[in-house]
Amino acid sequence: MEDLAHAALPPAMIETATAIGDWLIVLPILLSLLGAAFLMVLRRQRGAPVIGAVLIVGGVIAADVGLLLRILADGPLSMTMGRWLPPFGISLTADLFSAGFALAAAVVTLVVVLYAEMGRDAEKGRDGFHSMVLLLLAGVSGAFLTGDLFNLYVWFEVMLIASFGLIVLGGTPLQIDGAIKYGFINFLATTLFLLALGLTYGLLGALNMADIIRVAPEANPAALTGIAAILLLAFGTKAAAFPVNAWLPASYHTPLPAVSALFAGLLTKVGAYALLRTLIALLPQSRDLLEPVLVGLAITTLLIAPLGAIAETNLRRAAGFFVISGIGAILAGLALPSREGIAGAGLYIFHAMLSVTALYLIVGLIEQRTGERDTRRMGGLFVTSTPLSILFFGTILAIAGVPPFLGFWPKLLLLQAGVVEAGENWIGWALVLALVINAVLTLIAGTRIWAHIFLRNGPEGVAGALEPMALRPWTGRARLAMGSTLLLCGVIFAISLWPNPMMEVGQKASAELLDTSRYVDAVGLAEVMP
Amino acid sequence: MNSLLFRTAAPLIVATMLVFSVYICLRGHNEPGGGFIGGLIAASAIAVYGMASGVPAVRRALRLDPMAIAGSGVLLAGFSGLISIFIDAPFLTSIWLYLDLGETVVPLSTPLFFDLGVYLTVFGTLSAVAMALESDPEEEL
Repeated sequence: MEDLAHAALPPAMIETATAIGDWLIVLPILLSLLGAAFLMVLRRQRGAPVIGAVLIVGGVIAADVGLLLRILADGPLSMTMGRWLPPFGISLTADLFSAGFALAAAVVTLVVVLYAEMGRDAEKGRDGFHSMVLLLLAGVSGAFLTGDLFNLYVWFEVMLIASFGLIVLGGTPLQIDGAIKYGFINFLATTLFLLALGLTYGLLGALNMADIIRVAPEANPAALTGIAAILLLAFGTKAAAFPVNAWLPASYHTPLPAVSALFAGLLTKVGAYALLRTLIALLPQSRDLLEPVLVGLAITTLLIAPLGAIAETNLRRAAGFFVISGIGAILAGLALPSREGIAGAGLYIFHAMLSVTALYLIVGLIEQRTGERDTRRMGGLFVTSTPLSILFFGTILAIAGVPPFLGFWPKLLLLQAGVVEAGENWIGWALVLALVINAVLTLIAGTRIWAHIFLRNGPEGVAGALEPMALRPWTGRARLAMGSTLLLCGVIFAISLWPNPMMEVGQKASAELLDTSRYVDAVGLAEVMP
Repeated sequence: MNSLLFRTAAPLIVATMLVFSVYICLRGHNEPGGGFIGGLIAASAIAVYGMASGVPAVRRALRLDPMAIAGSGVLLAGFSGLISIFIDAPFLTSIWLYLDLGETVVPLSTPLFFDLGVYLTVFGTLSAVAMALESDPEEEL
């Protein structure tokens, strides 16, 4: 074995021992994946899936917190599977943004698992709901934590499979209709992503993200920008940016309220994160060439999405337009690639994961208590359900970005970046103006819905109806749902009032995304033979 | 499918396919084959059996819920990757054990168990799909 031919080859394996602490990066994915399998085996046991799911997601949250603290202390963390040297092995690589988003995703999932008990009765325990929620969490965590573009594609597929399962639960014709719209367009986007991956490998010979960062500056910029444009279309569709946003309001209102909340909180944000990772960290030169497109997308998304929310009377469809409006703010950050701009975009993803989920959860509670889905048939809830009306109003303020609520802080960073940019050209002013108009329009849309549901005396067209709507009585499961919603709103409120840790982490994460040297070092790429 | 010929031949075909699927799965480490294709062949055997004798007979023969088989496959594959934590290596590092059985040496490895996990996952999932397609709509799944 030890002949000369072997001695001349460069090493192929990692010879150094892996510290046990490095396993923190695998744990969130592994726990949720194995948990999903375990609950699939146990799905016929009564009650076991819920308790199991809560324990497993709790474990994932603990692992994510550990990962975040570790990265805060020591910088990005990477582990390459099976001891193969990167870039040949598949690497998981996490920086602050990855770990922070993974943590937010796990928190959202925990709340949704508790909340989902409301819409489920005893016989429904066998449909594998909890398995699929955990599989979705595995896909989302994997997408955030991976350091390899092809692996990112694999996690997108895992998410897609889990979300298909979740969206058709219940099997009514409306749900199948929503699932087809959702499924078709997402398949198309994933296929475009795969196409771009083939082109990337053909052009660069690399799919490991750290390796791409290393070789991309030497590649043909025109070809690379073409790839970046396909990626922008693929991830933009996933994130539901204007003009490829129509699938979201057409499908997100059909599944169970808990499933809607999970999708709204997680799925589009993974698309936005993938844009952040590929355009800012991997292909910054191509981003510069695509900047006019990004500016156009950001402004149109910011302006059109809240108009949709104003026009809509179906409560959950209107909430879908608030999701899209947040994507516009994230795109504005991508168009302003300064330290503040990227921090704003990243923190906006974090904020949107929490706040949008909270909005959907509250909307689900309103639907459950009134038995209606259309705002025209609601009214007078302020008298009968004051806590709900306060929660709804607070969440609207958070989403619009009214100080001191959560959405204000990332928007502050975005506006700051825009004003700095405005000193040099018109793009900054245009984006600042769009962000401010978006906030105003969002407030109008949100308060209009609020006034219709809560403030108006009774349903539309009923003159002088002074009797408030009769609500369904509280059940134990509805109380649990209300409790989990309050928990999430409490977390949001606490971060809103003490934003400093979040802002500092965001600034650090943004600096790391713009200067990727530590990220590349963490992966420990092998010297490729010439 | 109510045909005497098919019903008579089906057990023979099913048995051959199941044995062949295990063979394909095991030879997959160094030659063409592996857990995925092995699981596919085994699931096709189940589909053939379901066509010949009906879904209730398949359920009785399998004893376990196919989705539970799939879940245990994912568990097996996941845990086979987890073992490398004990040798200070990254996730999914392969570990080999050369079992000396007098005359021959049997190489056992964690990739073998990973592949068996893949086999069970594919087998369970596709059997569940095949049985859902073959069963009557009013029959309770």
